[in-house]
Amino acid sequence: MSEADLPVDADTAPGDERNESLTTYLAGLGLAALLTAVSFFISGTTLVWGPSIPVALAVLAISQMGVHLVFFLHITTGPDNVNNVLALAFGVLIVVLLIGGSLWIMAHLNHNMMPTDQLMRMQR
Amino acid sequence: MLGKLSWSAIPFDQPIPMVASGVVAVAILGVLAGVFLKGWFPYLWRQWITSVDHKRIGVMYVVLAMVMLLRGFADAIMMRAQQAFAFQSQGYLPPEHYDQIFSAHGTMMIFFVAMPFMIGLMNFVVPLQLGARDVAFPTLNSVGFWLTATGALLVNISLVVGEFARTGWLPYPPLSEIAYSPGVGVDYYLWALEISGAGTLLSGINLVTTVLKIHAPGMTYLRMPMFCWTALAANLLIVAAFPILTATLAMLLLDRYLGFHFFTNEAGGNVMMFMNLIWAWGHPEVYILVLPAFGVFSEVISTFSRKPLFGYRSMVMATMAICILSFTVWLHHFFTMGAGADVNAIFGIASMIIAVPTGVKVFNWLFTMYGGRVVYSTAMLWSLGFMVTFLIGGMTGVLLAVPPADFVLHNSLFLVAHFHNVIIGGVLFGGFAGYNYWFPKAFGFRLHDGLGRASFWCWIVGFYVAFMPLYVLGLMGMTRRMQHYDVPEWRPWLLVAAVGAVIILAGIVLQIAQLVVSIRRREALRDTTGDPWDGRSLEWATASPPPAFNFAVLPRIEGRDAYWVIKRRAREQPGGGTPETGYADIEMPRNSPTGFICAFFATIMGFALIWHIWWMVALAFAGAYATFVMFAWRDRDEDIIPAELVARIDRAYLAARGAAGSLP
Amino acid sequence: MSGARAAAGFEDPDRAGPAGGSGQHQPAAERAAGGLLSKRIVVGYGFWIFLLSDIVMFSAFFATYAVLVDETAGGPSGRDLFNLTNVAIETACLLASSFTCGLASIAARTRDAPWFHLAMAVTFVLGVAFVSLEAREFAGMVARGAGPTRSAFLSAFFTLVGCHGLHVSAGLLWLLTMMAQVFAKGFRADILRRILCFSLFWHALDIIWVALFTVVYLMGAGQ
Repeated sequence: MSEADLPVDADTAPGDERNESLTTYLAGLGLAALLTAVSFFISGTTLVWGPSIPVALAVLAISQMGVHLVFFLHITTGPDNVNNVLALAFGVLIVVLLIGGSLWIMAHLNHNMMPTDQLMRMQR
Repeated sequence: MLGKLSWSAIPFDQPIPMVASGVVAVAILGVLAGVFLKGWFPYLWRQWITSVDHKRIGVMYVVLAMVMLLRGFADAIMMRAQQAFAFQSQGYLPPEHYDQIFSAHGTMMIFFVAMPFMIGLMNFVVPLQLGARDVAFPTLNSVGFWLTATGALLVNISLVVGEFARTGWLPYPPLSEIAYSPGVGVDYYLWALEISGAGTLLSGINLVTTVLKIHAPGMTYLRMPMFCWTALAANLLIVAAFPILTATLAMLLLDRYLGFHFFTNEAGGNVMMFMNLIWAWGHPEVYILVLPAFGVFSEVISTFSRKPLFGYRSMVMATMAICILSFTVWLHHFFTMGAGADVNAIFGIASMIIAVPTGVKVFNWLFTMYGGRVVYSTAMLWSLGFMVTFLIGGMTGVLLAVPPADFVLHNSLFLVAHFHNVIIGGVLFGGFAGYNYWFPKAFGFRLHDGLGRASFWCWIVGFYVAFMPLYVLGLMGMTRRMQHYDVPEWRPWLLVAAVGAVIILAGIVLQIAQLVVSIRRREALRDTTGDPWDGRSLEWATASPPPAFNFAVLPRIEGRDAYWVIKRRAREQPGGGTPETGYADIEMPRNSPTGFICAFFATIMGFALIWHIWWMVALAFAGAYATFVMFAWRDRDEDIIPAELVARIDRAYLAARGAAGSLP
Repeated sequence: MSGARAAAGFEDPDRAGPAGGSGQHQPAAERAAGGLLSKRIVVGYGFWIFLLSDIVMFSAFFATYAVLVDETAGGPSGRDLFNLTNVAIETACLLASSFTCGLASIAARTRDAPWFHLAMAVTFVLGVAFVSLEAREFAGMVARGAGPTRSAFLSAFFTLVGCHGLHVSAGLLWLLTMMAQVFAKGFRADILRRILCFSLFWHALDIIWVALFTVVYLMGAGQ
């Protein structure tokens, strides 16, 4: 069996799409612009309950990252994209562990190891 | 003009570095002269230095590792000698030197011995086991190797030009900040590791892509040899962890060079963040080291028990579990820094959980041996030695994972004994097993078996004599990195440990002898069939050494232990050999000097950055960029090996196998 | 965009198969290393893995920033320094450049050189605008005594945002090199693979910017 007879690729390269079109990019641009505008608006407004603003911003940011992944990078849930999605999931897991873990650890360390004069200043 | 560099950088007044570097200089010049006089330079340049062949690059990695092992071991002997002498005395090494020696010892052993050894084995073996012709990115592979060599070179230059870091193998601030380490030592360390870290990252990307995307027909993921799975897990960890090292060392560099305040004591810097980040890299790093060794043992034990690996699927799951879990335990390296009981407890429990998949692996190896017809080759001896030794080291690790115990034992010699136990017993023994196992595949002749056994026994006895006393000393309260001491109860144990180091030295000498004797007697030890051990995986299905294209015709994979299946089928239907479809032209990537030249400029750039010679930095950077652009501009990146040549090479291999009576 | 070409469907030069169609006969050698998959997939995936490693590096800088965000050492904080209008313009530039990069990628698939060069040129201009605005912001802060050596917060800020800016600058250099290569050698298979990698890189930088402007600027300015 010569090498030319090998089956057609079952995988798609990340960022590639078999039926790439202008509409996908326009939709992505529109959605991302909308999410960005909402983020900027929310960060400065008093219409939303204050303490919820960081959460709202985080949700908007994550949504916009998703928009980029789907509309610009053509990451799908199809079987040809499994390797790409798995790699992305692995990366996201590491990022979450690193940032979440570091914040949790450092918060405890800073609290426990605070110099006593600073502690007393805080209590005044 | 030359930044901080001047003649005073060379320690003319210190005999030890001057003699050592003199000896090394003579050795290097001698080798170069010999190579030149024998006319080997063109061959070396064309076939090795500019090679993008994964087999050649793998061999070069292992050669680098072994040379640096001698260098790191020299440091170890000096340290043991110092601690043996330095009872109520200053010994023969003043603190400024002793500190550099233990820092260089750790740095070299981890980054320039253990890493290259494992990466070299993976580079050589993985494409062969997958039935592929090369890794996914051959030229990138070459760049990665030469950048690693650059890092090793910079660390060695620090012996004679300037100084090395005195901060230990991980440069904790504030000691490593410019205020407390104003010399060039820490800078040597930082630039050497930033450069070689980039090389390691390139290698990681390469091997992940190779394992996941480059397979022969029929090689599904669950038919891959176990070594490929552990290579995948280790390289995923490289890709995930090394960027953290790059970022953290970069922040320290910014503090030192530009006056930033990440880890300084003033202006709000947070020293503890360095420890947090560096160990978030450091823990996955030790799994990067040990997972390939686990893979070697899986291969060796199943081959020399003449049985398939027991519990393949559970091994795969255990490997991937270790891969993920290794990112959840890093705080156990700084229990005592003050995160408190809640945080310590979570990470302590996680550290104990991670021992479970390793236990699964050990049981699977034992069950593989049970009921098999075990052959006690040298590689098998190393594997058995590993199982006993790593078990002890692993158990002391679980002990240290208990935070209250760690509060007593942190940074004591108990810790030092533990990590040497697992790294020597795991990584180094695995490397030596792999070296003995795959040497005939790489070079076409076996290593002398008797000397191999002798070296194994010296190593294992020497290891126990050198490191078991350190467990005792740790429990008696001796801390690590002590330049002198005055507790009389410690003395006998340190003397025993020094004797152990000498026994290990004998083991190393025997290994060198093994190599020399094997080369001398290579005709008698010749491997004509390509399959000296009656192997089970595909690397044994081609000649020793394999031709550049690995396989004349890509093998068909029909199951796990692919070559075993092929052999069995051929026994049932004899008369095989020449492929039914005939031979075709093969395209192989062209060799390229890109890797070597980029590394050349990287060395100059690193050296210039260390000594603050800014114009040289700019020139070297421009040179590296120009090299890269020139490489990217080339039109032809592959050579064609014509079908007739492929046929001739393959027929010779098949004839040799037939003559030895061991087709296919 | 050439409508007829776009409708004809894309032909992957890395696929083995009969000659004809676009007239390019690509031998089976565009398989990688004797394996089954085309080089485009292998190269794209390898670059994807590199991008993940880059994102982990950024997350180390993010984590450091988050830990040090309050360490202003008596100096200025984000609220005192950040100009959200500037950030909004930067964001618009980068988002638009991602869009034009997508247009360039479509042009490359349909081998439309004029549109490719135009889309890439616009991407370049938008990218330069982004970097210039950022450089001006940095220079302004340094001039006001709020440089990276002032406090740990500022060290972390300059490093995190500056690292992103450096990546964008490197991307701009890469962009110019890709335009030069297409101009000199046309849409050869390996050049198309590099364009794929470039567009992956450029989109990833925009994704990181989303996290950056949200966490650093929007959350920082509202402290």
